[in-house]
Amino acid sequence: MPSFRDVQNKIGAVKKTKQITKAMNMVASAKLRNAQSRIERFRPYAEKFYEMLGDLASGVDASVHPLLEKREEVKTTGILLVTSDRGLCGSFNHNLINRAKSIANDRAAQGRAVKFYCIGKKGRDFARKSAYELTQGWPDVMGHFDFSLANEVGSMLIDLYLSGELDEVVMIFGEFRSMAHQAPIDLGILPLSAHEEGDDKEGEGASSEYIYEPSVEGLLAELLPRFIKAQVYRGLLDTSCSEHAARMAAMDNATKACDDLIDSLTLLYNKTRQAAITTELMDIVGGAEALNG
Amino acid sequence: MSKELTLEVVTPERKVLSETVEYVGAPGAQGEFGIMANHVAFLSALGIGSLYYKINGKNYYMFVSGGFAEVNNNKVTILAEVAEKAVEIDRERALKAKERAEERLRQTKENLDFTRAQAALRRAIARMSAREHGQQSGTI
Repeated sequence: MPSFRDVQNKIGAVKKTKQITKAMNMVASAKLRNAQSRIERFRPYAEKFYEMLGDLASGVDASVHPLLEKREEVKTTGILLVTSDRGLCGSFNHNLINRAKSIANDRAAQGRAVKFYCIGKKGRDFARKSAYELTQGWPDVMGHFDFSLANEVGSMLIDLYLSGELDEVVMIFGEFRSMAHQAPIDLGILPLSAHEEGDDKEGEGASSEYIYEPSVEGLLAELLPRFIKAQVYRGLLDTSCSEHAARMAAMDNATKACDDLIDSLTLLYNKTRQAAITTELMDIVGGAEALNG
Repeated sequence: MSKELTLEVVTPERKVLSETVEYVGAPGAQGEFGIMANHVAFLSALGIGSLYYKINGKNYYMFVSGGFAEVNNNKVTILAEVAEKAVEIDRERALKAKERAEERLRQTKENLDFTRAQAALRRAIARMSAREHGQQSGTI
């Protein structure tokens, strides 16, 4: 049986841990609120963008722009993996990395080269240790990114795609569905498929007779790269939201586990205390008996 | 017939503006264009420059970069990567950015850096001019 003092120390330690997890939970919830409001603010832009692109792309053939064209032979796949920078958020990063791993293995099995581009430290650390090539990583950015990061990553991927270094780009990120549910999602961002962006907006309203300036093709050439950047931005926003939600849940669980542990330790504490008292009493009684002879 | 337009400016980070205006002047990729009420449906790419809109006869200025304008049913929607009202523009910062870009242009002859510095310079100049115009028309 552990000593009285040991148990007391242990209870103190667990209580301190609980304080920390509780604080982390609160911090995560504040950050989550922030991240959610950023998604809210991004939504009008995204919606309008889809609408515009839908109007434009509905009438055109995939061959008008290189970003739309599917390549016949895909030799190199780029994987853009968006993870968090920090741990202590349950299985969140693990799930993302697993998804990335399975996609990479799948592509490699088809004889394609796989290159990793990682936003967030956890993903980068994985890619560095994996069998695949880590081409570029952006660690320590998830806490304070803005659209310029999406811009940078997006333009780089577009350049690589156009120069033929990559034939396909898949983005893996944590989609934020609800507080309780965040799922890893893989989304093919390059080449763009004409269906996705066309969505079901075709023929909506009496607005179809637009004057375009410059031409439809010229506008598409401007819009498509921005669309890709918007996708990357969305991936960033969703991942950061999911990360905080996952951390909140993980920290909530940890706090509850601490409570349970404290309960059982308190029980043990009482038992050892009682045992100590009993032994002491026995000693005293024994001593008194001996004196009485 | 309506005499007014609704103008909405959105960026990925926020909705910058939503107002009823009389006139919108925008820096189109192929030169500036103006939009009044009952304009025909129109879609254009925007360059780097100042966008302005008129409310009660007063001109309000705004800096935009990397955007699109859509006009439909007396509604003008500007989608831009960056959009700042003249009031929000920090002139000092723009000036510093301008100097930095000029310095870089002097030093680099390399292609990529050169175009980047050039774009930065154009943005800085456009920011400053949006601010100045705003001050001149007394709407800051």
